[in-house]
Formats: sequence, C-alpha cells, structure tokens
Amino acid sequence: MLYMAVAAGSFRRYATYRAATAAGIVTNTVFGFIIAYAYLALWDQRPHLGGYGPAQALTFVWAGQALLAVAMIATGGLSELQERIRSGDVAVDLYRPADLQLWWLAADLGRAGIQLFGRGVAPMAVGALAFPLALPGDPLTWGWFLLSALLGVVVSFALRYLVALSTFWLLDSSGLAMISGLSGMFFSGMVLPLRVFPDGLSDVAQLLPWAALLQVPADVLIGARTGGALLRGLAFQAAWAAALLALGRLLQSAATRKVVVHGG
Amino acid sequence: MWVRSTLAYRTSFVLMTFGNFASSALDFVALLLMFSRVHALGGFALPEVAFLYGTCSLSLGLADLAVGNAERLGARIRDGTLDTLLLRPAPVYAQIAADRFALRRLGRTSQGLLVLLWSTGRIEVDWTPGRILMVPLTVVCGAVIFGAVFTAGAAFQFWAQDAAELQNSLTYGGNALLQYPPTVFARDLVRGVTFIVPLAFVNWLPALWLLGRPYPLGLPPWTAFLGPAVAALMVAGAALAWRCGVRAYRSTGS
Repeated sequence: MLYMAVAAGSFRRYATYRAATAAGIVTNTVFGFIIAYAYLALWDQRPHLGGYGPAQALTFVWAGQALLAVAMIATGGLSELQERIRSGDVAVDLYRPADLQLWWLAADLGRAGIQLFGRGVAPMAVGALAFPLALPGDPLTWGWFLLSALLGVVVSFALRYLVALSTFWLLDSSGLAMISGLSGMFFSGMVLPLRVFPDGLSDVAQLLPWAALLQVPADVLIGARTGGALLRGLAFQAAWAAALLALGRLLQSAATRKVVVHGG
Repeated sequence: MWVRSTLAYRTSFVLMTFGNFASSALDFVALLLMFSRVHALGGFALPEVAFLYGTCSLSLGLADLAVGNAERLGARIRDGTLDTLLLRPAPVYAQIAADRFALRRLGRTSQGLLVLLWSTGRIEVDWTPGRILMVPLTVVCGAVIFGAVFTAGAAFQFWAQDAAELQNSLTYGGNALLQYPPTVFARDLVRGVTFIVPLAFVNWLPALWLLGRPYPLGLPPWTAFLGPAVAALMVAGAALAWRCGVRAYRSTGS
C-alpha cells in the first residue's frame, strides 16, 4: 500500500513537467523520422534484413522512440539516489520503515507510467500517421507488449539501481552511469535492431539483460515473437529482472553494513 | 577556471572524455554495422557517408565545446542564479557560454576529426587547393551554424525554461540527419532543412559539391559556397533572439 502511494506520487510529480514532456516528444519524433528514413534506405537494399520486413523495421524505430524515455534506455543510474548517497542523505532513507529498493522501484514505475502516456503514445501516433507501420490488430498482442514493456522497465531499473549503489564505494559514479547508459543504447537495439548485428555479436547481444529493454518488447509488438517464442521472451525478461533485483538486494545489504554516518 | 577544476578529478575527467568519445563513436559504429550488410545507402558508399559524418560531427563538437553550455540557462533562470551573471561587468552571453566549460567535449571533436581524416583519404576527389580549402571552411561554417542554433535554443528558454531538450532535436537531431546522404530522406524534409532551418549548409551542400554529386533539390552548384553567408545570417538571427530574451527577462519573484 505504501509503495502504491510512492508510485502514485511519482506519477503525479512527473505529470507536472509539461514543457519538458512536450520538448521530449518533439525530440523523439524528430529522431524517429530521421532513423525511419535511414532504415527505409537500408531495407530498400536488403528487404529481409534481420528477418524483418520494411514495415516491421519502421515499427521497431517508433517502438524504440516510444520506449526510450519510458525504460530510460540511454540513462545509467538513478541521479537522485546517487546524489543522496553522495551527500549522506541516504541515512535518513535507511531509517524509514520502508525498503530502499522497493521504494525506488515504486517511484520508477510511477515515472514510467506517466511517461508511457506522455512520451510513448504521441511519437508512436505520429509515426503511425506518417509511415505504414506493422502495428498489431488484436488487443491481446497489445496486452503482451505492455507486459513485456513493463518487464523491460523493471530490468532497466534493476540495472540502474546497481549503478546507483556503486556510489557507496565510488562516491562519484557518473562515469560508470555514462558507460552503463551507452551499453543500454547499444545492446538494447536502440542504435540498430540486435537481429541485424553481425551473426556472432547478435547471438551474444540477445542474451544480455539490455535486450529486455527494447529488443524483446519491440519483437512482441511487430509480431516477430508469437507462441512459444513470445513466452520464452517474457521468461527471459523475468529471469533477468529477478536475478538483477536479487543482486541489488545483496549489494544493498553490503552497502548498508558499510555506511557510516558522520557523528556516529 | 572550469578547465582546471575538471582536470582536478583526473579519473572522472578521463572516464567522461572517453564516454563522450564513445557516445559519439556509437553513431559511427551503427553506420559501420549497416555497411556490413549493404554496400551503399541512398547511392552513397561508406567513405562518402563517413565524410558527411566526419564534417557534421566535428562541426557539432566544436559548437558544443564553445557554446553548448548555454543550454543550462533554463536551470539558472529557475534557481535565480542568472541574476548574479547580470550584475557582473562582463557580457552575459560570454559568461553563460563559459559556464562549466567542459573540456571533456573534446571527445566528440576528436572522434569526428578521426573519421573525417580517415574518409578524406578514401573518397574520390581531385584535390585541387580550392577543394582542400573547402573542407576546413565547411567545418568552421558548420560549427558557426550549430552554435547559432545552440544560442537561439538557449534564448528560447527565457520564455520556456523546461524546454532545454527542444534544441536537441535541431543540434543532435541535425547531426543524426546530416550524417546520412540527403537522397535517403523525403523531399519535403530536405526542403525543410535547406530553406526553413538551413542545416543543409553545415555539410550537405558543400560535401556534395566536393563529391561531384547533384543535390536532390536541383539547386545550382554555386549554392555550395553560401555557407559563410548562411552562417552570418544565422548568427544575426540568434543574436537578435538572445537580445530579445535578455530584455524580456524578469527575475523570479518579481
């Protein structure tokens, strides 16, 4: 119940940044157009690249722009928590009768919820108007896509939480956060769908946790994952989410043992 | 001063510069991955696309290095620290541009320069002195055009403080656009970035002239030399926007 309130508070908080949301939508849409045309030229040369048709490739582009802010694909770390750890404010958080990891997870899910409406729907709608997209017709596939996107957000959070906790040891984790964000861009399929990568790299990249952020949800949306492959994709995401959250929990208990607040 | 303060945290500086290098290199890696699957994109081979990539990336890197920090203006207006700058006996614009001058941005600049050097050795151009001179001229004019966009975007924040991300669609978005040949894009989009926001003069027009390729809109060849004129116009426009912005500024609480 407490965590629901945290999520709702975070949802409302991000709903107030209207100008920033509008600016973000414009930026996502502009990038969507540019990448869409580049992919059209690419698929014009190789019509079945990565097993996608041109319409599926275009849908991948707009799914990427829609999920970029929702799953914070290009962002490593939780800047607010990092700042609280660096300044020592985290000691107050640890005194609260709430679990640190669940608190920040709830807040992140609230943020992702509002950004799905704010920054997810609008670019996708513009993309669907401007290009022939391969969007699913039946509501069930949309449901699977939303579930997959949610699992993607949880995996993304679990990764960013690990980076944030590293602040306990590094004090300044902005460098690590940057590297982590770059890995997110590259290994999620944001710069190019993982299936289009050269063969060996493609196989490895599809096993890494970042594939859960965009590659799997986008494949569900464009119909490249159905039946058994759909379930395997969701299980892949859930397994990474569980493993990374558990690792975060381990690191958290190590960090809280280590923390020494000034003044005793 | 900002240079010395960032150099004090040596490890962080090295990591951030590397990150800056890598984040801009990622775009080029994407291009390389694409060209591992195809031989040409929009009729252009890899060295030609790399030349486009190198010129616009270097221009953006230089502009970002010089005035990129102006985007922090919105934050300064929100917390009221802009007033301090207005009181000092130095031009506000110079102070804003030098605010947190980030040397780590050399990462993007050096990455763009490397790709540019690599590609100039591989494109088929009859290098007369005029054509050689055209390359640095393109980069400088491009940097000035991007700088004007950064400035206009910062000036816009006098009215919309949260909209710092908006200018990204023209600067980083423009960079993403200009690294591909214009033949890839729809005619209306090419018209838009030629006549409305003249980003095409950053590298498309001069580079296509160097490569001996026609510009999709059928513009006469002499338009390739309009770079300096366009850059001057853009600077005038951005200066006007900045001046209006400073005049319209009312501090928080008044």
